[in-house]
Amino acid sequence: MKTVFKKSVPGREGVWPEKPKSKIEDFIPADMLRESSGMPSLSELDVVRHFTKLSMKNFGVDSNFYPLGSCTMKYNPKFTEQVAALPGFARLHPVISQLKGAGRHCQGALEVVFETERMLSELCGMADFTMHPMAGAHGELTGVMLIAAYHRDKGNKKTKIICPDSAHGTNPASAAIAGYDVVSVESHDGIITPEALAEVLDDEVAAVMMTCPNTLGLFETHLPEIVKMIHEKDALLYYDGANMNAIMGKMRVGDAGFDVVHLNLHKTLATPHGGGGPGSGPVGVCEKLTPFLPISRVKKLEDGQYYLDYDAPKSIGYVAPFYGNFGVYLKAYAYMLRLGREGLTRATENAVLSANYMRKRLEDDYEIPYNRICMHEFVASAVKQAKNGVRALDVAKALLDKGHHAPTIYFPQIVKECMMFEPTETESKETLDQFLDDMIEIARLSDSDPDFIKNAPTTLSVSRLDETKAARDMVITDDIE
Amino acid sequence: MPYVPHSPEETREMLEVIGVNSVDDLFAEIPIELRPKSFNLPKGMSEMAVLEKMEKIAARNTTNLTSFLGAGFYDHFIPTAVDALISRSEFYTAYTPYQPEASQGTLQAIFEYQTAMARLLDLPYANASVYDGGTALYEATLMAVRKTKRRKIIVSEALNPIYRVMLDSYTTNLNLELITVPHNHGRTNIKSLTAIIDKDTAAVIVQNPNFFGSVNDFTDLFTTVHEHKAIAIMSTYPVLQSVLKTPGQMGADIAVAEGQSIGQPLSFGGPYLGVMTCSKALVRQMPGRMAGRTEDGEGKTGYVLTLQAREQHIRRQKATSNICSNQALCALRTLIHLCLLGEEGMRRTAGLSIERAHYAADRLTSIDGVELFTKGPFGNEFAVTLPVNAFEVIDKLTERGIIPGFPLGRYYEGLENGLLIACTEKTTEEQIGIFAEILRGTL
Repeated sequence: MKTVFKKSVPGREGVWPEKPKSKIEDFIPADMLRESSGMPSLSELDVVRHFTKLSMKNFGVDSNFYPLGSCTMKYNPKFTEQVAALPGFARLHPVISQLKGAGRHCQGALEVVFETERMLSELCGMADFTMHPMAGAHGELTGVMLIAAYHRDKGNKKTKIICPDSAHGTNPASAAIAGYDVVSVESHDGIITPEALAEVLDDEVAAVMMTCPNTLGLFETHLPEIVKMIHEKDALLYYDGANMNAIMGKMRVGDAGFDVVHLNLHKTLATPHGGGGPGSGPVGVCEKLTPFLPISRVKKLEDGQYYLDYDAPKSIGYVAPFYGNFGVYLKAYAYMLRLGREGLTRATENAVLSANYMRKRLEDDYEIPYNRICMHEFVASAVKQAKNGVRALDVAKALLDKGHHAPTIYFPQIVKECMMFEPTETESKETLDQFLDDMIEIARLSDSDPDFIKNAPTTLSVSRLDETKAARDMVITDDIE
Repeated sequence: MPYVPHSPEETREMLEVIGVNSVDDLFAEIPIELRPKSFNLPKGMSEMAVLEKMEKIAARNTTNLTSFLGAGFYDHFIPTAVDALISRSEFYTAYTPYQPEASQGTLQAIFEYQTAMARLLDLPYANASVYDGGTALYEATLMAVRKTKRRKIIVSEALNPIYRVMLDSYTTNLNLELITVPHNHGRTNIKSLTAIIDKDTAAVIVQNPNFFGSVNDFTDLFTTVHEHKAIAIMSTYPVLQSVLKTPGQMGADIAVAEGQSIGQPLSFGGPYLGVMTCSKALVRQMPGRMAGRTEDGEGKTGYVLTLQAREQHIRRQKATSNICSNQALCALRTLIHLCLLGEEGMRRTAGLSIERAHYAADRLTSIDGVELFTKGPFGNEFAVTLPVNAFEVIDKLTERGIIPGFPLGRYYEGLENGLLIACTEKTTEEQIGIFAEILRGTL
């Protein structure tokens, strides 16, 4: 399909405003102006049809089962879109809150910030939350900056952060970009043991970043002891909330001893992923880290009025221009109100139920390296199929032909031919069964007709794409030859 | 329970397959001491009740005043078709396009967005966007530090102060030296900036139009930057970039922008998007997602995420950035908005916004004691000095239905009487007239 720029017809009228009365040269000297910017000339229908056709080349949760591990591709309720589009929210200029006495013009928005922070604090058992981080990785960076500020304030000389070998790649990247050296700790039988941790845990460790359940979908059963060891070194324990959908109502990370947590609202709390964003990555902290939270904080007066507090001398400062992705966490707030205590617990229970059901039904046809009760996701391997030359990538592509999105593949890196499945709670048993039947058929075809699997996909707008050519040519705009 | 489909019978069947008796058995591994000490969230509500509650909360925000607020975030008209198209669930309920064959819609759209940004900012390479204009600037700064292996960053005080405070926070732990060069009565102080560039300078960061609305040509400044083998970083305003001399023409190495003004509602500060573009020499230092064009086995054109070897999921702590998403849906909004308006529509939008701002400047400075602070050419935003404190004037005018602008005193000491005023194509001459009359009556 041609790019939208190639469809441009000079002179064709789009959604134009009226013509200005004067020329721009009347206000700005001509040598400070440009010629054409190269934007296309198209009718409204040209544009509508182009993007509608493009959308039809995508899988999404509404049209396809999307068991992408670690990504929690649950259904996104429609009413939350309507909430975010309410003019009282969508049209609100962020700097209005910074004018004198203008808090009165944004009481509703400040209430949303305040109440969302309260609800997340209760959900996670943390003392407080900041809504400012704009995605999960941004939350991680903010969390590590909070950890650094805490140690700086105490005069601690700490230079290292420990991440398990099963950690999401963002954990070591966030620690490094915040100025820390990263130390890896090996997992044993899928989890972190106190013995392995003891080998790398010294006085220079500022924090240990963990996710629980971990990326293999396994609960870290040594957690109580690990928490104790870390706190004895005055190090902090960070919780990567990517897997929060496994524990709502079952465990609160604050009660369990974690000091900092980021959530991915676009995962756990059902805000849409948007093809890669926008997300929202709020960060929760224990009591001793609250003085370091980003500026500004929403506070509530006794008379019920909300205001912005900028008086935080120990704060890490500004991580976002305003209050984070307000239009995103607004949806998460509405979702939490809708589900409530019980609904959120049921979501977790059903996510874990579905994951275990899938794991069990696949165990005869695929290698399940840690075949025990898992949490909201589990890892399988295509090592059996690899004997016939069918790899995890091939299984993934064959699933696309069946109309399912693929699992996450080749992550975590510690499992060979890894496939990570996360069904989420919103998918029905028929959907799971259809998917599982298709997985089993792919396993059988891998024996009888491996080439058929290796040639997938054949039913989509393109077949397998040459990624090496893309990296070599680096054609990332229409103007690069 | 909403959005959970399993019936009791289905649950029983599934538990049987798993080989446990109850759902609780699935959580047996969580030690008792780790169980919640409390879980006092409210009870769930019906969809109708939540919508009613949220409508009431939204009504406690004032959005019906005539507003001249800008400060880097502008209320331009968004064509209706933008919302209609991004509501296609194939776009908004998809994930990052890890399976390219099932994500050609998102990938081609990102490729087109990159093309649009590269053309608008006039540099050859663009990424798929980062979180916002401020984080784009921070990532640009780190690109320059990696490329030059130097640690001194020179920043113009006429750069949006919101971005300057963000840069301060982000660089605290990184042992970088940030030097801020004061503005000169609202003009970017090119002379002072030029004078302090030396062999230790990693980057010089300026903005056009600057925070006070002033339009600049940084060509000579950037020549000096390059003589010292440093990196020229420019922050810009994408609506006006459809008419202004470009970062590329001035010789910028990296150009970034807050993309909000093209296609995003103000939404109390987000979600927005950070636009990032750069020269060829820097492309491998650029963080974030990038879509590239390639072919399938039959030679059919397709798109994939490319240059992933820079990224965290492969490089872990050695990645160029920890960033692992883009603002895909926001970038799509920006792209669709640009396509709907096209070359002529964007020029008119810029032209009308500039024209209205100059009309407002004329009307307001005809009032005794109100003087134009922004010297030289300006775009759709300008600053005036009032005879009294601007915070007080804003407070009074807001009572009369007008938010007259942003108080410069909030970020600039000594400019307590300064008021920053923005217009867009939505601002009418009638609104400007009323503003001027009320202001005249107030002073």
